Amino acid sequence: MQKIKPLDHLILILGALFLCVPVVMALMSSTHAAIDIHSNGLYITPGSHGAETYTKVLTSRGGFTGDVTGLLMLTNSMVMGLGFAVGKIVLSMMAAYALVYFRFRFATLIFWAIFATLLLPLEVRIMPSYQVMSELHLLNTYTGLIVPLLASATGTFFFRQFFRSVPDELLEAARIDGAGPVKFFIDVLVPLSKTMMSAIFIIMFIYGWNQYLWPLLMTTDESFFTLMRGIKSILQVWVGSQIPDYNEAFALAVLAMVPPVAVVVIFQRMFIKGLTESDK
Amino acid sequence: MTDTPLSLAEADSTLFTRLRRWWSGETANPVKRVQFDRPLTPWMFLLPQLAVVVIFFYWPSVQAVTSSFYLEDPFGFGATFVGLDNYTDALTSRGYMSTAAFTAFFCVVVTALSLGLGLLLAVKADKVIRGAETYKTLLISVYAIAPPVAGLIGMMFFDMHMGPFTQIAAWFGHDLRVGIDYWDTASALIVISVWKQIPYNFIFFLSGLQSVPVSVREAALIDAKSGWRRFCDITLPLLAPTAFFLLVINITYTMFDTFPIIDVIVKDKPANNPMTLVYKVYLDGFKGNDIGGSSAQSVILMVVVALLTVLQFRFLERRVHYG
Repeated sequence: MQKIKPLDHLILILGALFLCVPVVMALMSSTHAAIDIHSNGLYITPGSHGAETYTKVLTSRGGFTGDVTGLLMLTNSMVMGLGFAVGKIVLSMMAAYALVYFRFRFATLIFWAIFATLLLPLEVRIMPSYQVMSELHLLNTYTGLIVPLLASATGTFFFRQFFRSVPDELLEAARIDGAGPVKFFIDVLVPLSKTMMSAIFIIMFIYGWNQYLWPLLMTTDESFFTLMRGIKSILQVWVGSQIPDYNEAFALAVLAMVPPVAVVVIFQRMFIKGLTESDK
Repeated sequence: MTDTPLSLAEADSTLFTRLRRWWSGETANPVKRVQFDRPLTPWMFLLPQLAVVVIFFYWPSVQAVTSSFYLEDPFGFGATFVGLDNYTDALTSRGYMSTAAFTAFFCVVVTALSLGLGLLLAVKADKVIRGAETYKTLLISVYAIAPPVAGLIGMMFFDMHMGPFTQIAAWFGHDLRVGIDYWDTASALIVISVWKQIPYNFIFFLSGLQSVPVSVREAALIDAKSGWRRFCDITLPLLAPTAFFLLVINITYTMFDTFPIIDVIVKDKPANNPMTLVYKVYLDGFKGNDIGGSSAQSVILMVVVALLTVLQFRFLERRVHYG
């Protein structure tokens, strides 16, 4: 085998430090008092103010209306991540099933109409999307937060590829046994796709949880704020002469990154599978 | 997809057959040997996805194109048709051009650095045995951090009062002023964007490396003694499809997904700060209320990103072939 030099380990250690130290320092600094951070800089060791900072961020009411707590934002982010992942899987599995297993008029046209959505990310059509949402009275609703994001065909593409690799004999056998399309879908394809569904669920949960621009535009009512939206507002109040709440900002950042990072670390294998096989 | 060129007659007949097949719903290579043949059931399965796509994708996209030809009153009292004025205004304005130049520069630097570092780490992680899993987990975990969170953490590191980077720069006699000085802000944006993107490239390069057959690696070991030669002659060509695919993904990332990072660092204060084209669409549309101009910029970006996606699909096909 190849020789392994100490240099290889050195490069890997430096890389890991570059990537992870900022995260560790954010975590540690969030347990110190704002005044200490202001005078001493960031910390790499834990402090003693952790409990009170996190209690304050999670439960104290802040914002302009005094209604929004960290806990509420955490819940909203969770709704956003889960709702997006589940919605995406349901919609795209159904659409992919129709495209792969049925012979019908305009199938090719529909295929291209759906896959053209991969061409334009949300960011290039934010202004008109916002106008459409306000015409539909969907601003400040969970529907408005989640459903428009489902319009991209990433999941459909992924499930289409997967269904194509399912052996044809399965459908033949099912038809001989007298199964109709709905029964075949629910009793054969869905159980068969379990691994794929979990892999795509992880990717989509992270994607939904991490959304920033869309919640920023869609929510003006603070009771719909997600953690990402909260980060924007905590930074907006950092003007004036008082010492910024560094510790609270870090605590908010930690709350916003712990769930997705935990998901990636715990389900690492499945995550890599989902990522490299779905190709974004 | 075939690479053999068709003769004219052949091409003609293919076009005709294709149209006929298209109409009758058959595809050139049927997806499945057996398929259900019901007129209504597929529509039932397609309906939810189609509804979402039409309402939230096609409607706004068409609206973007139409409103790019109009000059809208900022207070909402009607709109005047102005033809291509919004486009010419955008393309001839100095602000737009300097933003476009910065976006291009930003794309090149971020893509080069994050691809290079991702590849370096993947090659080393593929090689080591002791601690391989730990390195992998550590290098991947940052992937899940949202861009705005990355921006927030980065902002603290570049903070003018207590940021470690500001202190390090001060040792070298440089007064780092992120958010005020153009190039200081640009460097901060680059560091944060690269930091956020390395894990993604690392994952893809590593899975690309691990799919290289052992026999090829062993043959390479016998043939080439120097590790660098082996890397250039064997590893790099085998990784080329992955690398091209990642190239497109990284350009798309730098153009669009860095929006939250810029928003957190620049904070709606464009004064003398660098920004990307997407951020300008947002600023002009939502802060400047120039709906026509913003839409025209959107349409220009749509063309750019559509081209990128077509490229991406070509490489995607190839990537699958190498499998």
